[in-house]
Amino acid sequence: MDNKIIYLDNNATTKIDDKVLEVMMPYLKENYSNPSSIYSFGGITAKAIAVAREQVRDFVGANSSKEIIFTASGSESANTAIRGVLEADKTKKHIITTQVEHPCVLSLYKTLEKQGYQVDYIEVNSNGELDLEALEKAICEETALVSCMWANNETGVIFPIKKISKLIKSKNKDTKLFVDAVQSAGKIPMDVEDCGIDLLSISGHKFHAPKGVGALYVKAGTMFSPLIVGGHQERGKRAGTENVAYIVGLGKAAELAKESLGYEATTVKYLRDKLESSILKSVFNARLNTAVTNRVPNTTNIGFEYVEGELILLHLSDFGICASSGSACTSGSLEPSHVLKAMGIPFTALHGSIRFSLSRFTTEQEIDSVISVMPIIIDKLTKISPFQDELAQLRAHKT
Amino acid sequence: MWDYTEEVMEHYRNPRNVGKIDDATAIGEAGSLSCGDALKLYLKIDENNIVTDAKFQTFGCGSAVASSSILTEMIIGKHIDEVKKVTNKDIADRLGGLPPEKMHCSVMGHEALENALSHYFGEETAESKKDKMVCTCFSVTESQILNAVKENGLKTVEEVTNYTKAGGGCGHCKGDIQEILDKYYNKRPQVEKSQMTHTQKILKINNIIENQISPELRKDGGDIEFIDLDGNKILVKLSGSCSGCKNATLTLKSFVETTLREHFDENAEVVEV
Repeated sequence: MDNKIIYLDNNATTKIDDKVLEVMMPYLKENYSNPSSIYSFGGITAKAIAVAREQVRDFVGANSSKEIIFTASGSESANTAIRGVLEADKTKKHIITTQVEHPCVLSLYKTLEKQGYQVDYIEVNSNGELDLEALEKAICEETALVSCMWANNETGVIFPIKKISKLIKSKNKDTKLFVDAVQSAGKIPMDVEDCGIDLLSISGHKFHAPKGVGALYVKAGTMFSPLIVGGHQERGKRAGTENVAYIVGLGKAAELAKESLGYEATTVKYLRDKLESSILKSVFNARLNTAVTNRVPNTTNIGFEYVEGELILLHLSDFGICASSGSACTSGSLEPSHVLKAMGIPFTALHGSIRFSLSRFTTEQEIDSVISVMPIIIDKLTKISPFQDELAQLRAHKT
Repeated sequence: MWDYTEEVMEHYRNPRNVGKIDDATAIGEAGSLSCGDALKLYLKIDENNIVTDAKFQTFGCGSAVASSSILTEMIIGKHIDEVKKVTNKDIADRLGGLPPEKMHCSVMGHEALENALSHYFGEETAESKKDKMVCTCFSVTESQILNAVKENGLKTVEEVTNYTKAGGGCGHCKGDIQEILDKYYNKRPQVEKSQMTHTQKILKINNIIENQISPELRKDGGDIEFIDLDGNKILVKLSGSCSGCKNATLTLKSFVETTLREHFDENAEVVEV
């Protein structure tokens, strides 16, 4: 493989920031004590975790660091939050979520449906925006939980969490709001207190911490039952000896992510917009698959009509460019992206959808390379397509 | 990342014989845009029944383009009698193999070729023949599934999905695919439930549990075992995280029993032992 990688798949995972790795190293080497131990050597790791907990508290805007639980992943955080709330009060069997949630959450709801829960899946419009009226109507006395992502992983569309929280609490103050913030963390400011969030999940490797560590915010006073039982760690809410080095890394990554929010909103957004507008201008069969505004600054999703997504990715890969696709073929499943389908993206573009997701490490030079390569690839691939008449019409329409 | 062979990569990077033959003797199509892959194959066949030229246009992934490209190379210059013998397996073999989930790309190539030859001989194409539609998500018919089963020795529903895409969408036709497989391998007509022997019933229940119920439970760390059949009572044992789970009764009634009633006997009752 070419050494020069242009990595535009940061919604899938990110590189570990050197500064994060640096603070982790002592806890992988000399500071190996168990934080639960009584001797002062144990105190070193216990203190390091306390620092990380404070950094994450500050990152999500919680009142107290006691409200932060460290986990092994975003999926674990989400599973813990959802099952934790439902287990704590088994009398309520109604859940509301959206059609475009991450599969880790959706497959849990499919399982819960089989176990007797009623789940409403709220629709989105063609811009990927949530139908808030339908959400409001769905809330009832029986509603235990509303589960909603903050930003969508495929389109980057941001859901109005504060508004949603107000809607929920005005109709049923006992209904809990769980927010999957895996894709918003490090991209837009988060304030769980201000937004009225009861539970919130984040995943370290989406904001330059390593894979294998995540966190869950549980608002003080929330009735909650742990998923992993055994030890007293995390105040009894998540058993298991703490993954010290990774927790330290998560804390540092949270601090750095908060510091760079301004950079995300300006430079990263500028680069994303440049990439997006240039491709839409230079490639005749390109269409934007997402809302123009109301998005996290790093994500764009572009559909190339009558060309298949995996084939585009393979050709991008030959130029060292990493992106991802909502096409069926890339995932091994035969169905295209459930998010783009829910948005009603026309099937001519559905299979040729490419997501580019940037990070604070993305350079303008990299973006310029993609901009120059994209028309060449699409020109080559449209020539293979059997839909020449349709493509000719599109081309005529564009010019 | 797919584990594509060098041949596959060479052919999607530099596809051979791309395009259209304006005065084609035969044209064959397979797949559709909405299904995610589509292929148009153009053949020029001379008076001696030799394929003198072949061109293709493909909408699809890397392996779909590679399958189409290699197919044209395989048939140009060949006599029709030889071309007829080309199978989807030959296409995959010439590419040094395809990932199991991508075998349907070779099947699509073969289908387009078959349709082109039918067109040439003035026969009805597989699609226009009266043929039972099994998978409505991907428009796969019974004879297409049977062909793939015969040619590739497919044994499971998952394999049929990999080769034909049938069952890969909503999954509602998985039971029908299983029946096609059962019918093919038992080589005997489907027996009505009332005429089934006890052993046949047990085999059928076992099949449904193994293929449709157990995989779902395993996703949640549980499992189920078929113990016995007593009248219309199906005795099962739950294991893994299902055993002792507070929701197990719900799972039994709302999922296990419903599935068995749908595919075996509407009066079936599931009992945990």
